Amino acid sequence: MSNAIHLHYEVPGDDFTRAGEASGLVKKRLKVLGYDPDAIRRVAIAMYEAEINMVIHANGGYCDVDIYPDRVEVLLADSGPGIENVEKAMQEGYSTAPDNVRNLGFGAGMGLPNIKKYTDDMRIETELGVGTKLYLTVNAN
Amino acid sequence: MIVKDIVDILQGEIICEGDLNQEIKTACGSDMMSDVLAFVKDQSVLLTGLVNPQVVRTAEMMDMACIVFVRGKKPDESMIKLAQSKDITLIQTRFRMFTACGLLYSNGLSGGCTI
Repeated sequence: MSNAIHLHYEVPGDDFTRAGEASGLVKKRLKVLGYDPDAIRRVAIAMYEAEINMVIHANGGYCDVDIYPDRVEVLLADSGPGIENVEKAMQEGYSTAPDNVRNLGFGAGMGLPNIKKYTDDMRIETELGVGTKLYLTVNAN
Repeated sequence: MIVKDIVDILQGEIICEGDLNQEIKTACGSDMMSDVLAFVKDQSVLLTGLVNPQVVRTAEMMDMACIVFVRGKKPDESMIKLAQSKDITLIQTRFRMFTACGLLYSNGLSGGCTI
């Protein structure tokens, strides 16, 4: 485990324009490391979707990224309202996002299903009124 | 087709210049970034009528070289700065979405997927 690279980012909750900043930085870092391009894209998209979710639903949070030679692990944690029905949230097209978010091009209910699609492992820990932790793993080829 | 060809075909204006000689084979058109992230694969141009910084971020995550703003929509300064830092070309065209997509398609650009 000693050869892991650890990165930490805060995701500000009050500025929608900055959502995706952390994902962009991770993508850049992985590129510099010469990481598997397919894995880079999958990490970037999954993380970006999760960042957008954090800003839309949970007033921001933080993410921890661990880069191993064979995989990337990402934890995205927030102190938001929690997810009331995870099963429903995993269905394509189900969304609790407000209309103004749809005007920005998001809130189509594709976030979590999309994250699952692009990652090799995804785990959600959520508690109403406490927050949500999303654990993602993307394997490199 | 290269990025510069898109500018000509769509009688567009370059708002932010990236690599104009980059080869382009496929494109997609959508105002819904969620769908772009869900369905797009290897498309290097995004046509959209949506104007906010997340459009540039979405293109960045999908490794896209170029964004075309249809219906004369104009990106603001923050979007231009963001695109500059990511080396993404921004083009503005007065054509509407359907016509812009049709023009590119009839000039040999495909959607890159079957259904």
